[in-house]
Order: sequence, then structure tokens, then C-alpha cells
Amino acid sequence: MFVAGRPSLGRGLMRTSVAIAYLIIFAPVIMIVVTSFFAQQIVSFPPTALTLHWYGNAWGKPEFLRGLITSLQVALLAAGIGVPIGTAAALAIVRSQFPGRNAISTLLLAPLAVPGVVAGAGLYMFYVLAEDVLDRDIKATTQGLVAAHVLLTIPWTVRLVVASLQGLDRAAEEAAANLGAGPLTVFRRITLPMMRPGIVAAAMFSFIQSFENLDLSLLLVGPGRITLPVAMLNYLEFRIDPTLAAVATLQILIVGILMVVTDRFVKLSRVV
Amino acid sequence: MASLSIEKLTKRFNASIAVDELDLSVREGELVALLGPSGCGKTTTLRMIAGFLPPTSGRVLFDSEDVTDLPAHKRSTGMVFQSYALFPHMTAAQNVGFGLEMRGLAAAERNTKIEEALKLVRLSHLGARLPRELSGGQQQRVALARALVINPKLFLLDEPLSNLDAKLRAEVRIEIRALQQRLGLTTLLVTHDREEALTMADRLVVMEGGRVRQIGSPRELYDEPQDAFVADFVGRCNILPGRREDTGHFRTGNGLILPVDTAVNESKNATAFALRPERISILPGTSGDIHGAVEAVTYLGAQTEYHVRVGKEIFVVVRQTPGANEPLAAVKPQDLVSLQWEPHAPRLVPQTSSTGRSS
Repeated sequence: MFVAGRPSLGRGLMRTSVAIAYLIIFAPVIMIVVTSFFAQQIVSFPPTALTLHWYGNAWGKPEFLRGLITSLQVALLAAGIGVPIGTAAALAIVRSQFPGRNAISTLLLAPLAVPGVVAGAGLYMFYVLAEDVLDRDIKATTQGLVAAHVLLTIPWTVRLVVASLQGLDRAAEEAAANLGAGPLTVFRRITLPMMRPGIVAAAMFSFIQSFENLDLSLLLVGPGRITLPVAMLNYLEFRIDPTLAAVATLQILIVGILMVVTDRFVKLSRVV
Repeated sequence: MASLSIEKLTKRFNASIAVDELDLSVREGELVALLGPSGCGKTTTLRMIAGFLPPTSGRVLFDSEDVTDLPAHKRSTGMVFQSYALFPHMTAAQNVGFGLEMRGLAAAERNTKIEEALKLVRLSHLGARLPRELSGGQQQRVALARALVINPKLFLLDEPLSNLDAKLRAEVRIEIRALQQRLGLTTLLVTHDREEALTMADRLVVMEGGRVRQIGSPRELYDEPQDAFVADFVGRCNILPGRREDTGHFRTGNGLILPVDTAVNESKNATAFALRPERISILPGTSGDIHGAVEAVTYLGAQTEYHVRVGKEIFVVVRQTPGANEPLAAVKPQDLVSLQWEPHAPRLVPQTSSTGRSS
């Protein structure tokens, strides 16, 4: 508690530490954006000159453009499939009572606790077995990759939608019933719209989770279906130059725009 | 509008019993208040009437129609919730129109009725606002309009004023009561606020532990409480436990002998002496039979409250604040005063709840 009117040392310290925290959070982002304009090939200070050369270079490499398109496709599909599933799961967890409800709730959040590389390796082995049984390609296909990314989106959706359902005033649903709305109408006209902020936020985070994912995808991508993060890693194996910084800057830009646009519809700070 | 009857309505939650064989009827156009402390079963009762909660046993009837097994959305009651429960994503007008839409009214007719309803609660100019853009009082009026516009069989109010500040609450109380009388709404009001219940209700039902303690007009309950719980819950009361002497006097547990009028106090189970603070008058000096020393004088504006110790008992007395020239104005702590009351003012009532169900 602050004492009113007293210029406080506490408040100064607080502000300083907040500023330092922000600096630490944003330093890597700022570094990447800045170095993407440096002229020299090996990053060093100060820059010898500023250039857009690396952006041209990135544009000239088809693996990045193809990677971007693949990543966008996979992220959209994964979010499009995972969010409805996660929402349904959240509804079941919050609204119905059945044995093992808590266990399922924990299970759905579990993918967050498994390192992506481990999950990816596990999925790879599972896909190999499934291919034998089903006699069709799964690993290194878009379907296989999307299925894996759906696993990334479900925990986020469940968490966000459960939170929004728990904060929802059930009296509004009762009021709708009181006014003559049957259970389905109540859900469609009252419950779903009230859940909207949680669902929108879940969709956004799901998209970002998938779009940025590297570790889970590593073993599951196939030729011609390399996602952008994997393409960047591949490039890094042979060369180090600011082309990667340019690509990363574009990636940051896409995610940033997505967050700003989402925030216009749903105040993210209120949901998350 | 319909009348309401409840027959032996019971609700159990696992081992505990929330409402215990409740019988109650509300006549057409009547406002009945369910009054009681939290956990007394009043809200559970209301929820069973609205259809949100299935009763364990018993029946609910609107007029003579048994609605016990009818789901909430087919009961056609108009409820105002404690939290108002407005739909946050709809404007005030859309909120009011929701029930009409569910009844399949065409848009034009709907709009006419929405306008009428908003006018009724003096919100015509705010129909386009979202709930979060309205003040608490305005939200409450939208909730009222929304419940009334569907022309419900029964008007249900669940602590409708508890989220308003004190000044607004007094105004809205009068407003709702006037509306209810003008439209002849059969109304059930659930409240824990005795003042709200006394000022608004035609009849009052005092509940405790899932059972009815007493039903009657506000005046009956205030002046003729059936037991100490009702006496205390309906208004402030000096309640002195003790027993009745053969002489007709009442002896408190602390040995104070008090005169009582046996004609109005036939109850055999009289284990407490109940006397409203405003029914006692104070005279300076020790001329009366019952006298003692003033312990505290609290100025409350229009009224003044005196705490007077008589023997080992403390009496709370509330009088209109005396004018500067009246003898009472000079009374201060430590002064000796006499207490007087009309012989029929005190009630002898059972002290404990063991008397069980009342008729």
C-alpha cells in the first residue's frame, strides 16, 4: 500500500524493475528486427551500413515462401479443428458431471507438459505403426502434421474456454429460459455469445502455437511440406547471415498484427 | 396473471433439507414476500417455482394447473434476478425483446411492446445501450421491463434491490410496489431485508430452516409475532427470556418482574418477553415501577435511542428526538429514568424454535 502524497522510493523501484523486465522480454525481438537491417554478413556493432538486402535475399529463397504458406495452412487447419474440439471438451468439463471429469481435464492439459521433441518423436513412431496398419502415408503428410498440431491447440483452448465458462453468469442463461428459450436456444443465443471472447482468444493462441512451432514438427515434416520454422532451422545449418533475422521479423510482424486485430474484437487482457 | 399455490413443497440436497413441506398461496394481484436469513430456503423455494430446480416432492400450481414437471421455459414466469442477469451482448431493447422473440412475435409488434415496456420503466431513451453502459439502477429497470413485457403469469423477484445503494433502494421499492399494484401483478418477492418486506408486501412469510415460521400482514407480524425469532427478524425488539409467574407477571431469567396483559397473551409456551423499542416511553426520575440508569444515549436524527439498565436487564428504547425544552432532552448517561408501556404492548412468545411448524 502506498501512502498518499509521499514521494516514494518504493514506487521508483517498482517502475525501474518493470522497465527492466520489459527490456529483458523485448531485447531479443528488438535485436532481431535491428540486425535484419545490418549490411554486414556476420552481425557486429556498429553496423557498417543499413540495407534491405536480406529481405530481398529471403524473398529470393523459395523454401521460405513455401514454408510460410505451409505454416499458415497448417496453423489455420490446426486451429480450425482444435478449437471446436477443445471448446466442446471445456463445456463437458465445466458443465456436466461424469466420473473421471478431473482426470480428463488434466489429460487435456498434459501436452503442455511434454517437451515438443519428445512428443514429435512419439508421434513419428506412432505414425510409422499406423501406416503399417492403415496402409497409407501419414508421416511427412500435411494431414499428419495438422493432426500433430491439433495437439498443440487443444490445451490452450481448454484452458481459455474453461476460464471463460467459469466466469460466465449462469443467471443469464436462467433468465433466457425464464423468458421462454429452450435449452438449445439458450446455448445458441446466450451461452455461445458469452463464451465468444474466450473462444476468439483460444483461436488466436492456437494459431500462434502452431505457426511458431518448431520442435514438434521437426520429425513430421516431409519434402515440399516444410514449415517456416523448420525451413529457418535448415537454412541455419549451412549459413549464418541476417536473412534469418529478416524472415523472423516478418514472422513477428504476422503474429503482432494478429494480436492487435484480435484485441480490437476481444480485450485480450480481460480474457487471458 | 395467475394465482400461485404450493403444496407440501420439499427440497432435499443429499442429507440436508432446504425446504421442508412448504405450503403457501399467493392470490391474484397479491405481493407476498418470503423473508428470512440466508439459508432459510427462500431462494430455493423461488427457484422451484420458476422451474430452475426440481422439487424432491410436493406440487406447484399456477391457478389450478399443476406445473411441477413443466420446464422453466414453459412456465411463463417473469423473474428479476439479484444480479439482473442481463444478456451482456444485447442492447437494453434487445434484452427486453428476447422474451417476445421467443413467443414468436413479429418484429413490428415486438418493437411496439419493447417501447411500451421501456417507457414503463422510464428508459425509452436508453434502449440502444449495452448493459455495461448503464448504471446499476438502470440495469435493474431493464431487468424489470424484460420480465414484465412478456405478460407473465407470475412476477418473481429475487432480492431485486440488494445491489442498489440505500437511497436508490428506497425509491425503487416504492416504484416497484406502485407498478405491481397498478398492473395487478401476482408477485413473490424473496428478500432478507425486513424493511423491504414490510414496506412492499401485502403478506409476509417468515422462513427459517426450510420452514414457515409465520404468515401474515406486515402489521400482524410486527405487532403479533408468534415467536421470538419472528419478533426479532421482523424488527428490533427487546427480547427477555424468562417464564410466566402464576400471578400473571413475567419473571426474566435475571429476576426482573414485569407486568403483562394476560388477555392478549394466552400462549402457554411463553418463555420470552418481547417488546418493541418504540413502544416504551421514558420519564426522567424514578416515579415509575420500572426504573433504572441510562447507559447510553444515541442521537439518530429524527429519533434517539436510549439504553437503560433495569436490574440486570438492558432495555433499548427508541423515541422521537425530544425538542430542546422537553424534559427528556436533558437525559444523559447515568441519569435515573422510569420506563412505561401500554399493558398490551409486550408479547409473551416462545423463545426457541422447538414449537415447529406454524399453520
